[in-house]
Amino acid sequence: MDSLSLARLQFAVTTVYHFFFVPLTLGLSVFVAITQTVYWRTGNETYWKMARFWGKLFAVNFAMGVVTGIVQEFQFGMNWSEYARFMGDIFGAPLAVEALLAFFLESIFLGVWIFGADKLPLWAHTGAIWLVAIGSNVSALWILVANSFMQQPVGYAIEGGRAVMTDFFALLANPNVWVQFPHVFSSGMTTAAFFVLGISAWHLLRKTENYQEVFRTSFRWSVVYGLIGVVAVMFIGHSQMQHMVRTQPMKVAAAEGLFQSEDPAGLSLFTIGSLDERKEIFSIRIPYLLSILSYNRLDGEVKGFLDLQQEYEQTYGAGVSYIPPIAINYWSFRAMVGAGMLMLALAGYAFYLIRAGKLEGAGRFLRWAPLAILLPYIANTAGWILTEVGRQPWIVFGLQRVEEAVSPNVTTGMLLFSLVGFTLIYGALMAIDVFLLRYFAVKPDHVFFKADEADPALEAVEMTF
Amino acid sequence: MIELNALWFLLIAVLFIGFFILEGFDYGVGMLLPFLGKTDRERRQIINTIGPVWDGNEVWMITAGGAMFAAFPHWYATLFSGFYLALVLMLLALILRGVAFEFRSKQPGKRWRQWWDRAIFFGSFLPALLWGVALANIVRGVPIDENMIYTGDLLTLLNPLGLLAGVVAVAAFVVHGAIFLALKTDGAVRERAEAMTKKAGPVLTVLIALLVIVGYFETDVLTTQGVVPPITAIGSGAALLATGWLVNDKRFGWGFFTMCLHIALTVITVFRGLFPRVMVSSLNPDWSLTIYNASSSEYTLQVMTVVALILVPIVLVYQGWTYWVFRKRISTGSKLEY
Ligand code: HDD
Ligand code: HEM
Ligand code: HEM
Repeated sequence: MDSLSLARLQFAVTTVYHFFFVPLTLGLSVFVAITQTVYWRTGNETYWKMARFWGKLFAVNFAMGVVTGIVQEFQFGMNWSEYARFMGDIFGAPLAVEALLAFFLESIFLGVWIFGADKLPLWAHTGAIWLVAIGSNVSALWILVANSFMQQPVGYAIEGGRAVMTDFFALLANPNVWVQFPHVFSSGMTTAAFFVLGISAWHLLRKTENYQEVFRTSFRWSVVYGLIGVVAVMFIGHSQMQHMVRTQPMKVAAAEGLFQSEDPAGLSLFTIGSLDERKEIFSIRIPYLLSILSYNRLDGEVKGFLDLQQEYEQTYGAGVSYIPPIAINYWSFRAMVGAGMLMLALAGYAFYLIRAGKLEGAGRFLRWAPLAILLPYIANTAGWILTEVGRQPWIVFGLQRVEEAVSPNVTTGMLLFSLVGFTLIYGALMAIDVFLLRYFAVKPDHVFFKADEADPALEAVEMTF
Repeated sequence: MIELNALWFLLIAVLFIGFFILEGFDYGVGMLLPFLGKTDRERRQIINTIGPVWDGNEVWMITAGGAMFAAFPHWYATLFSGFYLALVLMLLALILRGVAFEFRSKQPGKRWRQWWDRAIFFGSFLPALLWGVALANIVRGVPIDENMIYTGDLLTLLNPLGLLAGVVAVAAFVVHGAIFLALKTDGAVRERAEAMTKKAGPVLTVLIALLVIVGYFETDVLTTQGVVPPITAIGSGAALLATGWLVNDKRFGWGFFTMCLHIALTVITVFRGLFPRVMVSSLNPDWSLTIYNASSSEYTLQVMTVVALILVPIVLVYQGWTYWVFRKRISTGSKLEY
């Protein structure tokens, strides 16, 4: 592989990996903050235990988010130095604001929260976890300001071959931010909700001693939290789609496998096309639905990518394919929406079980619920792949293409070294992370009664290399 | 009117000072872990001295990186793509180190904990070393061509000055960490930490003397940039000697303070010597990156200045507050989170 492909692969691997941990941090921080607030106001011990239990899992996840995040921040300079030169004026600012405004907040107050339980009054301790939650979500906002610029550049001018910021507030007011951030925020809620729901169901099924109340309450809260999250993520996703029709029609066409423009356009349920012959072979479409989704109307043209290619050639120059990888976009979109539908159904059903008082008897649901923890992860990953791959060949839409962005002096050998290094370490850490989360998740005693008094055999051991 | 390019150079220097002072002692604590903690409980005691604060300290580095990106994108691009392999190694080390703090004591197994202890040691040692190497090479000069592109490789960085500076950084952080532990622990660990300050201090002093000599011949930091570098260099040396005197006298609080001063003055010397360049080209002085040719637009600098002037003081206040919350000494009998 050439260095461009390797750099892309490395970015994709490390970024997707970073985003395995991010949504849980975003959603669970708020969840833990809410439960601890309930404890603070009511004095009900169950909520204290909830905050402690989910907080422990949160901390394990957070550590992974932090260490993988550092790689992200350095990578723009390491692998995409020409991007950094071209975009630094604009991109660096939100990143620096994020660090100053959010990273300090979340990491410092997480330390305060974990270590400060017996050093601070309850209100201050509760405040600390709220600051973590705010910090995490503000960090998401600022990195999405940066990402949104790459989807929809605003508030800039091109000077001397570089993009130069002309209006900071335009960056923040970028319409793309205000569909993307709510979508990510509510996907975080959804992720945390299904995480809590799955683990709680596991314990409800096994009737884990001493913790029934904790997990019954957790289950109930997570269902409500998840319902709000998944409904929100879908509605916002819908407006994101409408936004995309206007700003990145090529991505829509790719996500829909739409070869030719259609008016009114149907929504594809299943399309097989021949990319070589550039035509559709077989397709099941729901008539009108794509037009409805795109414009909230029965008619309205949705452009196909063959037509768009011609349009783009006129605007940006011939000789380049402006069509992103169709199959990847098409299927990642369906994976995300499919997972969303399934989660809506599951959360709805769980809500019904609770309301009807049938939870205890719902063995089959409780048995399968832990598996549903995977659904938001699938949706999150698919969502980012859609967003990022669908922007190809652009790295900054309309301004810079990916192949112009890569570091010229980083060789394939160096890239192989780093790619293998990151992949191996990330693989090993994933196994360890899941193992640790499981260790605490399935045995709450591990959270509440620390193996603090390690065995004497351990005590005497000196460290060796 | 203050010139914004210079102001941002100054701010980045401040961020590096914060980073080296704060993360410096927790790298030191990580490197001292195997030597001062003889039992598992003692090692936990050591780790818990930095438990609540290490992540916040690390954000100083992240912010310095973000600020370089925002204010001097070419500096960020040239440095990070140029020092690629060194950075990959540093990142791998930092990844292991970060999770090691969090994961280490969450399982009782002996081998589990030993592996994470190793990760903490190497994860602290390697970044300390590499930052020393990197900083020395930035001022010594590396092959940068007329398009601001680094044309050397990893071996280019491993010259005598770079390696010596790496070793000095390690030694300085060991001393800094030992003083910190002498202040923050009780019992056997405290005694060992106090003894360590006395052992490591003289080694550091000799190494620094050597670095000054080599640096004098290999770089222009001490010679061409007016009177400030020589003065701060002398101040830095004085602070170091004062530290030695104070720790011998068991006045670790003041010793810690003078050690911070030593680190700060060293960074100031280096940055003042560098000014107005941000990376020296060894091929042609005209190809060096400076605060002018590497910078963002005036507008971005203005925006960032407002942001920084508002936020940095706030961060300092609440980070300072956390050190106050966790000011108590930690003993093997304390309730240990990590
Ligand atoms: C939508 C949210 C989101 C997205 C798209 C990204 N991150 Fe992230 N990042 C977070 C949300 C987040 C977070 C929630 O704030 C994290 C995750 C877990 C955590 O501990 O903080 C975090 C941690 C984190 C850290 C460590 C902060 C610390 O020490 O506390 C850094 C340096 C970055 N990220 C940098 C990046 C960069 C350069 C990204 C661009 C590719 C990126 N993140 C994508
Ligand atoms: C955390 C959430 C994100 C995920 C999961 C994600 C995912 C991806 C993926 C899968 C690719 C590879 C696309 C390809 O090679 O075809 C990619 C590329 C890229 N994305 Fe993102 N991305 C995320 C956030 C961001 C953000 C916030 C930025 C910048 C602000 C960004 C900038 C880039 C860049 C520079 C590339 C490399 C060029 C390329 O290969 O397209 N990404 N991303
Ligand atoms: C029916 C439901 C959904 C629709 C219509 C929808 C729509 C979209 C669209 C159009 C994008 C691309 C935005 C762009 O490229 O600018 C996107 C991205 C994304 N989606 Fe969804 N989505 C849905 C459900 C979900 C669910 C359930 C999750 C996760 C729990 C999710 C997580 C994401 C993420 C993380 C991204 C990438 C970030 C972004 O660009 O906002 N989505 N979604």
